[in-house]
Amino acid sequence: MRAEGPKGVAGSRTPGRLALAAAAVALAAGCSKGVLDPAGPVGRDEASITLNALAIMLAVVIPTLLAALGFAVWFRAGNHRARRRPDFAYSGRIELVVWSIPLLVILFLGGLIWVGSHSLDPARPLPERPGAPTEEIQVVALDWKWLFIYPREGLASVNEVVVPAGAPLRFQITSASVMNAFFVPRLGGMIYAMNGMRTTLHLQADAPGAFEGRSAQFSGDGFADMRFTVRSVPPAEFARWAAGARAAGPTLDAAAYAALARQSRGVAPFTYRGVQPGLFEQVLSQALPPGPGPAAGQHGGS
Amino acid sequence: MLGKLTWEAVPWNQPIPLIAAALVLAATLGALAFVTATGRWTYLWREWITSVDHKRIGVMYVLLGLAMLLRGFIDAVMMRSQQALAVGHSAGYLPPEHYDQIFSAHGTIMILFGAMPLVVGLMNFVVPLQLGVRDVAFPTFNSTGFWLTAAGALLVNVSLVVGEFARTGWLPYPPLSETAYSPGVGVDYYLWAVQIAGLGSLINGINLTTTILKVRAPGMGYLRMPMFCWTALASSLLIIAAFPVLTATLAMLGLDRYAGFHFFTNEAGGNQMMFVNLVWAWGHPEVYILVLPAFGIFSEIFSTFSGKPLFGYRSMVAATLFICVVSFMVWLHHFFTMGGGGDVNAAFGIATSIIAVGTGVKVYNWIFTMYGGEVRFETPMLWALGFVFTFVIGGMTGVLLAVPPADFLLHNSLFLVAHFHNVIVGGVVFGVFAGIEYWFPKAFGFRLHERLGKAAFWLAFTGFWVTFTPLYALGLMGMTRRLQHVDVPEWRPWLYVSAAGVVILAAGALVQAVQLVVSIRRREALRDVTGDPWNGRSLEWSTPSPPPAFNFAVLPQVQGLDAHWRAKQAHLAQPADKPRYEPIATPRNTATGVVVGVFATLMGFAVIWHIWWLLAAGFVGAYATFVVFAWRDRDEDEIPAREVARIDRARLAGLRARETRA
Repeated sequence: MRAEGPKGVAGSRTPGRLALAAAAVALAAGCSKGVLDPAGPVGRDEASITLNALAIMLAVVIPTLLAALGFAVWFRAGNHRARRRPDFAYSGRIELVVWSIPLLVILFLGGLIWVGSHSLDPARPLPERPGAPTEEIQVVALDWKWLFIYPREGLASVNEVVVPAGAPLRFQITSASVMNAFFVPRLGGMIYAMNGMRTTLHLQADAPGAFEGRSAQFSGDGFADMRFTVRSVPPAEFARWAAGARAAGPTLDAAAYAALARQSRGVAPFTYRGVQPGLFEQVLSQALPPGPGPAAGQHGGS
Repeated sequence: MLGKLTWEAVPWNQPIPLIAAALVLAATLGALAFVTATGRWTYLWREWITSVDHKRIGVMYVLLGLAMLLRGFIDAVMMRSQQALAVGHSAGYLPPEHYDQIFSAHGTIMILFGAMPLVVGLMNFVVPLQLGVRDVAFPTFNSTGFWLTAAGALLVNVSLVVGEFARTGWLPYPPLSETAYSPGVGVDYYLWAVQIAGLGSLINGINLTTTILKVRAPGMGYLRMPMFCWTALASSLLIIAAFPVLTATLAMLGLDRYAGFHFFTNEAGGNQMMFVNLVWAWGHPEVYILVLPAFGIFSEIFSTFSGKPLFGYRSMVAATLFICVVSFMVWLHHFFTMGGGGDVNAAFGIATSIIAVGTGVKVYNWIFTMYGGEVRFETPMLWALGFVFTFVIGGMTGVLLAVPPADFLLHNSLFLVAHFHNVIVGGVVFGVFAGIEYWFPKAFGFRLHERLGKAAFWLAFTGFWVTFTPLYALGLMGMTRRLQHVDVPEWRPWLYVSAAGVVILAAGALVQAVQLVVSIRRREALRDVTGDPWNGRSLEWSTPSPPPAFNFAVLPQVQGLDAHWRAKQAHLAQPADKPRYEPIATPRNTATGVVVGVFATLMGFAVIWHIWWLLAAGFVGAYATFVVFAWRDRDEDEIPAREVARIDRARLAGLRARETRA
């Protein structure tokens, strides 16, 4: 499924699909840097399923809308050529067609949904290529910034995540306070970050580049600034970056974490040279308490 | 004495809410002064406020809904203008603390205090007339339901000046809505306003279900009911099944906030996703509660304005009940992104797309209703055709979002926002406007101005697509919803176009207001003397416009579908027998509903601000009101046969005059 996705659109010859291809090109032109301009395999397959589903439906929706308009215009009161059938209220054959058309569409779509839900389950690992092992990254949504922990490299960063290009990325995600959604539009779909729970999302960036990420689940007054950058770099540069990050900056221990967990907005990216071992699990198990929320008396009426 | 309430609760330093509140206050005082100056208090009290007539209550619901629709629209104008202005380094004119309240209030008001009262109002007004009966099953209960809804609406609007509204979105997901992260009174305003109005909705659901199941004209079998009654029945059943879920869910959140429980908190084993599951177990049926009656309205309109019976009536009934049942099995599609796994997502994705079968069947049946008909493009029909176009596309993007991998890309983006406005505006709002245009002559005895109505339609239709097409594009570009400011400069042109669309929509709203004023001023020229201005098919058109308190002078004997159409055909062949008029008992007016509404408002306000003595006083007052009502001596008035005969003969004279003209 994953490898065949893009061919599905281009390889088909039905008129509905051709019309869709034209529409998709027009949309993609207007929507560069969006979800229809994917920069990795997950985003590509999700975009292609989206377009396939759209094609299946447009093949039925466009004729339906034309029929609605056509009947309304042809049978207008002033048209003397139209044959009136004022008692025509039932036809078994039409009823059969009327139930069959949407049923058939849903049959197609149902298959697509079933296959797509499984092949693109965010928890499903991506195939590794030699020399590009899966990179583990733990993500903690805080009020209102993103903390990225690299357990293997033993460092952490805030609001920017540097990743090796071409390697599968395994994000383990939780929240230290309220719900958020982890979303990098050009790399693929989103998943919720929830306190006390762990979600797993696999993504991959094919080539070096910078990709905007953001929270997609409203999380309070600082929500609009809850952005981060995914910086995809060649593997060698990634190793250099990790070495540099380990050489400078503060250490993320319990005290530093408690300070970070306080509400703040628009935090500029920075890195931690080291991380207290097991920090992610301590957040997850609430051994480190959830974010404190707003300072008392800050809100109207309280 | 006043709990948490202090002078600081009023946002003295924020000009926007203060100006808005001053305007609302001025409008209210102006209306009160007008009523006092023209000496209409007695009229208002006797004929409207204490009325238990389903038609009056229906009209009051619609007025409440229109006022709240306007309030929600003003919120929308502020949101779209804020996003258009706050691009790049600009912060716009609304700080997050205020912007977050606005989008939360917009959603809450539009769904619960705008769309609900509009839909419920039309059902209340029309259903008993279509069933050929004189009233609903529980008239006083009905009035109480309305005043509870109004109490909830009042509380939401009080939050504009006293305290704040929720800053959590229209569904207050925990833990954000828990005391730890929302310590203010905003979420409490939400909770109690929605709880009180929700009780009103439940009352209405019980009343309409009982009416449709138990109170029908002689001969009105289930499969002779007009389509609108079927959709009203499905919607009312959904209300009865779904609203208690909402009440229980919000009660649990209330216990968390007020009594230190841990249903949905981060600590002590609370589970936030339990709230999300439960609230959508109500939330998804809720959209069908709104849209099914709209389907009913369009069924009536397609049939009437094509001069044909509804095509595939039994199929339509089946599709309605199919949607009614399946709508309870799809709630999880609102959160595919929680990581539930392939099986869970696939099951709910497929269930969701199956609903589209029922809707698809309906669309085809409307199209075939026009086939072979004589289609008249009067204003209600324009709304109906605009609906088909808009709703089909909105439905398609909805099914697209039911495909989990597509939803992963588009969930909580502006694409999602565009989708649900596409179905709710294109379905429910267009349906309600079509219904108001269609039944207005029945309610008030004169038509609305035709050309202004058409102008309003075209402005609304164009405005809708100019506003929301850019949101689809922005969603595909990765723009998420509820952003107080926007950091990507490339999105700016799309946000400008969308804001321009809002201007067109505002022009449409203005034309509708002008249409109402012009129609009232020219009411003599637009007068409907026959009771049947559209050449209608169902029984409401066999009564005078406006119908007398008792609706039908003589209860109709229903022979089949399209009862009024049948009667008209038969009468053309041979004149009807001379009717025998008898005295009619109608339920007495009562102030129970409005008094309970006042006490409910006080109780809500008291519990929001922790004023416990006022809560107790409100409860005692409400309970006492019920006791007084329960011990009433008389509950019906009698209208003498002479009066019934006089009213009916006037209608028959109008009909004869039209026949001689024709």
